[in-house]
Amino acid sequence: MKTEHDCGLLCRMGAPCLRIINAVGDMALFMLTGLVQIFASGKIFVRTLQQLYVIGYKSLFVIVLIGLFCGMVLGLQGYYTLVQFGSVGLLGSAVSLTLIRELGPVLTAIMLTGRAGSSMAAEIGVMRITDQIDALDVMDINSMGYLVSPRIMASLISFPLLTAIFDVVGIIGGYLTGVLMLGINEGAYFYRIASSVTMTDVNGGFIKALVFALLVTTVCCYQGYTTHTRRDSVGPEAVGNATTSAVVISCVLILAADYVLTSFLL
Amino acid sequence: MQAWDIQFRSLSVGYGKHAVLNDINAVLPAGKVSVILGGSGCGKSTLLRHIIGLSRPLAGQVLIGGQDLFALDQPSFRRMRRQMGVLFQDGALLGALTLLENVALPLTEHLSLPRPVLHEAAMRVLRMVGLEDFARFYPNQLSGGMRKRAGLARAIIAEPRILLCDEPTSGLDPVTAARMDELLRSMNEQYERMTLVVVSHDLASLRAIADHVLVLREGRAVFSGSLPELETSNDPYLRQFLQREAGDQQMALHQPADPRVQDALEKWLHS
Repeated sequence: MKTEHDCGLLCRMGAPCLRIINAVGDMALFMLTGLVQIFASGKIFVRTLQQLYVIGYKSLFVIVLIGLFCGMVLGLQGYYTLVQFGSVGLLGSAVSLTLIRELGPVLTAIMLTGRAGSSMAAEIGVMRITDQIDALDVMDINSMGYLVSPRIMASLISFPLLTAIFDVVGIIGGYLTGVLMLGINEGAYFYRIASSVTMTDVNGGFIKALVFALLVTTVCCYQGYTTHTRRDSVGPEAVGNATTSAVVISCVLILAADYVLTSFLL
Repeated sequence: MQAWDIQFRSLSVGYGKHAVLNDINAVLPAGKVSVILGGSGCGKSTLLRHIIGLSRPLAGQVLIGGQDLFALDQPSFRRMRRQMGVLFQDGALLGALTLLENVALPLTEHLSLPRPVLHEAAMRVLRMVGLEDFARFYPNQLSGGMRKRAGLARAIIAEPRILLCDEPTSGLDPVTAARMDELLRSMNEQYERMTLVVVSHDLASLRAIADHVLVLREGRAVFSGSLPELETSNDPYLRQFLQREAGDQQMALHQPADPRVQDALEKWLHS
C-alpha cells in the first residue's frame, strides 16, 4: 500500500511547492497580525522609539558611508561615459535620477537588511528557543505586539528617512568627484538635478522604501519567530540558519519587488 | 470561591501526530503542591505546556477549575491564563531587560500604575526570593539558580492562583536546590489557595514539597496520589525510581574500544 511518503515524483515535487505556498501565506498573515497589533497594543510608542534608535540611528553612519561612496562612483563612471558624447553637463541628472529612483531605496534596504534585519531575526530567534516568547504569551502579553509591531512601525519610519539621507549624501558624493575632482561646472551640476528630478521620482523612491521596509521587517521577524519550526536544524544552529534565510530572502524580495514597482511607477 | 484544581480527562498529548502521553486521567488538587514526576523524556514538560495552553492536546481535555481550557473562547482563555504564573526551566527572562524590569513586566504591561509603585511591587517579590541586590543586573550577569529565582519572582508578582514550575531545581547545587524548595513551599503557604504544580525528577525536592504526586512512565500515568501513598507503594517501578536503582534497562556498559581510536588518542595526548 502506498503511503503519503511514497507517492511518486509528483508528490516529491508538489510537497516543496505546497510548503512554499504555505510559508508565503503564513508570512502574509504574520505581516497582517503585526500591522493590526500596531493599533491594538499599548506602549507601542515607547517601543517604536527604542526600535527607531536600533534600526534608524544605529544604521545612520553606514548609510552615509555607503551613500557617499555610491555617489562618488556614480560621478566617476557617469563623467567618463558622458564625456565621450560631450554631455558631461548631464552628470547631475544621471547621478540624482539613478540614486533617487533606484540605488537609494534598493541599497538602503539591502544595507538595513544586513545591519538591522539580521539582528531582528537573530534576537527574536534566540528569544524563541529560550522560551522568552512563550513566557510573554503566558503573561498575557501579545508577543506579536511586543516584538514585531514596533519593529514594523520603526522600519516604516526609518527606511524612507534613511533612503532620503542616502540620496542626498550620494548627490554630494557625485558633486565631490564630478565638480571638485573632475572640474564640471557647479551650477550645471545642480541645475540639472533641479530640472530633471520631479516629485514623481521622489515619491516613487519613498514608495519603494516603504514597501521594502514592510518586506524586510516581515521576513526577518518571521524567520526569527518561527525558528523552532525549522526543518533543517534546531537550537542555536536554527537561529543561525534563520538569520541567513532572513537576509537571503529579504535581498531577493527587495530586488524582485524593485522590478515590479519600477514597472508600475515608470 | 473557585477551586483551582487541574484535571486531565483521557488526555493524549504530543508533537505533530506523535503521541508522547496517552490517555492521562488524573486530578492535581487545588491549593496543594503537586509534583509531576518521571524519568527524562517521559513527557513531563510537554504535559506542563498543555496546562499552560501553549500546545493543544491530540485528544482529551485539560480542565482548570472545572473549565475545559481548550474549549474556552479567546477572552475567557486569556482570563484563565492570567490566573497562572509559570517558571520556565531556565527562567526565560527577557535578555534585554534588567531583573527589576523583567519581574515588573506583567504589571507594567497590564496595569496603569505609577512607575515607583510598580517598581516597589517588583522589589517586594525580589526580596522574597533574595535578589533585591541584583535588581539592576541583566539576566546574563546572573547564575542559573539566580535566574530561576528571578523567574519565580516574575511568576508570582501577579499573585496567580496556579503556579507552574518546570524543573525548578535541575542543575542547581544541593544548597540552592533546597533553598528553591523552601521558597516554593513558602509560596504555597503564603498565598492561600495557590495551586502549585512542579515538574521534576528530583527526589529530594519531591520529598521536601509534594502533597500530591503524579508519576509518568512510558507515555502513561502510572501513579496519582499522596506522597505517603507513593512511598508505601509496592509497584516495582515506583520502588525502583524512589530508591534510585539502575533497574533492568539493558545498557551495554562495557564495550571494547577500537584500537585505532585508542592509538590515535594516545599519540594526540602525548603530542
